[in-house]
Amino acid sequence: MNLQIINGRVINPASQLDAQQDIFISDEKIIAIGEQPIGFHADESIDASGLIVCPGLIDMSARLRESGQEHEATIDNETRAAVAGGITSLCVPPDTDPLIDTPAAVELIEERAKKAGRAMVYPIGSLTQKLDGQLLTEMVALKTAGCIGFSNGRRPIENSLVLRRAMEYAAGLDLTIYIHAADPWLQAQGCVHEGAVSARLGLTGIPEAAETIALSRDLLLIEKTGVSAHFHNLSCGKSVELIQSAQEKGLNVTADVSAHHLHLSEHDIGNYDSFSHVIPPLRSIRDRDQLQQGLRDGVISAICSNHKPLDNDAKLGPFAETTAGISGLETLLPLTLKLLDDDEITLQQAIACLTYNPATILGIEGGQLKVGAQADICIIDLNAHYECQPHNFISAGKNSPFSGWLFNNQVTQTLFKGKTVFLKG
Amino acid sequence: MTNNQLTENGHLRHFLTIEGLKRPLLTEIMDHAEQYSSLSHRQVKKVPLLRGKTIVNLFFENSTRTRTTFELAAKRLSADVINLNISTSATSKGESLLDTLHNLESMHCDMFVVRHNQSGAAEFIAQHVAPHISVINAGDGCHAHPTQAMLDMFTIRRHKQHFPDLRVAIIGDILHSRVARSQIHALSTLGVGEIRVIGPKTLLPSDCKTLGVHVYHDMEAGLKDVDVIITLRLQHERMEGALLPSAREYFQCYGLTDDKLSIANPDAIVMHPGPINRGVEIASSVADGPQSVILEQVTHGIAVRMAVMSIALGAQSEIEAQS
Repeated sequence: MNLQIINGRVINPASQLDAQQDIFISDEKIIAIGEQPIGFHADESIDASGLIVCPGLIDMSARLRESGQEHEATIDNETRAAVAGGITSLCVPPDTDPLIDTPAAVELIEERAKKAGRAMVYPIGSLTQKLDGQLLTEMVALKTAGCIGFSNGRRPIENSLVLRRAMEYAAGLDLTIYIHAADPWLQAQGCVHEGAVSARLGLTGIPEAAETIALSRDLLLIEKTGVSAHFHNLSCGKSVELIQSAQEKGLNVTADVSAHHLHLSEHDIGNYDSFSHVIPPLRSIRDRDQLQQGLRDGVISAICSNHKPLDNDAKLGPFAETTAGISGLETLLPLTLKLLDDDEITLQQAIACLTYNPATILGIEGGQLKVGAQADICIIDLNAHYECQPHNFISAGKNSPFSGWLFNNQVTQTLFKGKTVFLKG
Repeated sequence: MTNNQLTENGHLRHFLTIEGLKRPLLTEIMDHAEQYSSLSHRQVKKVPLLRGKTIVNLFFENSTRTRTTFELAAKRLSADVINLNISTSATSKGESLLDTLHNLESMHCDMFVVRHNQSGAAEFIAQHVAPHISVINAGDGCHAHPTQAMLDMFTIRRHKQHFPDLRVAIIGDILHSRVARSQIHALSTLGVGEIRVIGPKTLLPSDCKTLGVHVYHDMEAGLKDVDVIITLRLQHERMEGALLPSAREYFQCYGLTDDKLSIANPDAIVMHPGPINRGVEIASSVADGPQSVILEQVTHGIAVRMAVMSIALGAQSEIEAQS
């Protein structure tokens, strides 16, 4: 099966390419970019005139709820939602049920993902057994089974000695660890940013120190152990400063931010809007602006969805009793490209944060268009105009605070291994 | 932010928080309360205003005083009253909270008086009830207790003429106090000259100033030139979680004693939303002293709640008349 995508504006951050080019695909792989190979005969041709052609997106953190919470979402359905958002690779954190702390759990997820056949699903293994922060998992076995990295999910390792050992062990094996920085004592039962809004609404706040204290401790241990580490989901401006100075010191440290933290602040909670209930919490406008600045400066190099599909009941209740989380797969790209409206970042930078940069952090193939690479491709219309309607999401989770937002970019087609897995109707 | 407490014509439909309500409405509530307040001195204390209406006291959190005054208020307006105490453990999921509500709706009630231990619960319930039902917040978590704030304003108005001339100090656990939050909104809306909060840093919200108050950690400085002193109840569980060392030290620093009271203006009044912890936030001699209006507050609670209920159900008739 030969396929060509012609007349598109090809953006490939890995090679800084931004030009009208044609792409030629045979079976699962890209065989040429630019000149048509001699003897190539296209069985199918996609005319991408006026459209952006870029690598399929990579989402570094998306909860698909399977296994364990299939009543809320499944890998099959959520990968369908992912490709509708242009995402062809996603990483799942280890806090599924069962946890991703045994090779069997890894295999189960891989098998389901393979069966769905729409996107690469990369499991992130548990750093400690049962995520309880006490004993290390068999990282080598998990890596062999397919884990691309290790994390303790949203459950911080309280014991600094265990964290040090985990980092040392991972460093010795050249594994990357993924961290959500949170001090469990300061975070406690908080559900919003500690600030003006928590004062007004009488909700328990989470101070920014809950993130920065944990981040500081982790950075000191990273320096000591030499492990390469990636921080998920920064929420405050001070965290950006800490990461920046660690990077300047030469530590092997990277960071991502969720798309919603780049657009929303504590004020979006309004009168207890549970769709804006997310952990880490939406913080001040200043924090949001500093996160955008961190992205511009390259301190934060990836944007993720932090997708967490929830059923309706999970968001029905008094704010603190609702479950935190946003269904984000289908708004990852629109929100990222919305940053262009205010000239926050360039198109090349935006696409890099969703493709090549995460691929580099994860150490995976993909995230770039090159001869010989798997043909995972996303085609985007930058002149669309539509209103975000979460009830029409493909994801089982309709829990989004972006209802009614106007977007001017839309995925028109997604290819995975050279096959169309999404085509805008 | 839309204010779903009001009908399209700006009349009170639900009473969830003072925030966002305008001064004329607060004044209207106090004026109505003034009329109802004279009722208590008559032989027949009832008026037939809400005859045929059914009011449900929906209490997810224990309360004696507030529930009783709401019940009395409803009965004096000739409404039928049902009291429901629902343990929160049975409704830890929003789903069953909504189920409870929908069941009550099917019994054709007209008003829910709601108390819940979660901030925002009254707002949530108001968003989900049928349009013919009016919701009165009788306290939601640490967020709001608007009828308490209104009865406090009513009490202040009875003693002090002109709100803009007043300095008001609220002492104690502002962080966890729904009463304080509502009082602050009410006092600002009524144009009080200065609102002060006094308390240890652990019991004040961070960014407290954004509420429009001056912050003091020292009683002597905070009470100087004050006309109204509101002390708040200190919950015993605040000693846990390292918020305070002991009740004794709290009393030493923030307990309202005669000595400290003498720093305020000589005609200052002393208020407390009750129930009081004698020797913790207030000395008995002050609570029972000549400047205390604490028991008056309780009495006014009935008239103010009658005013709120009748105004809100009046707005309901307006909705029904339109449909």
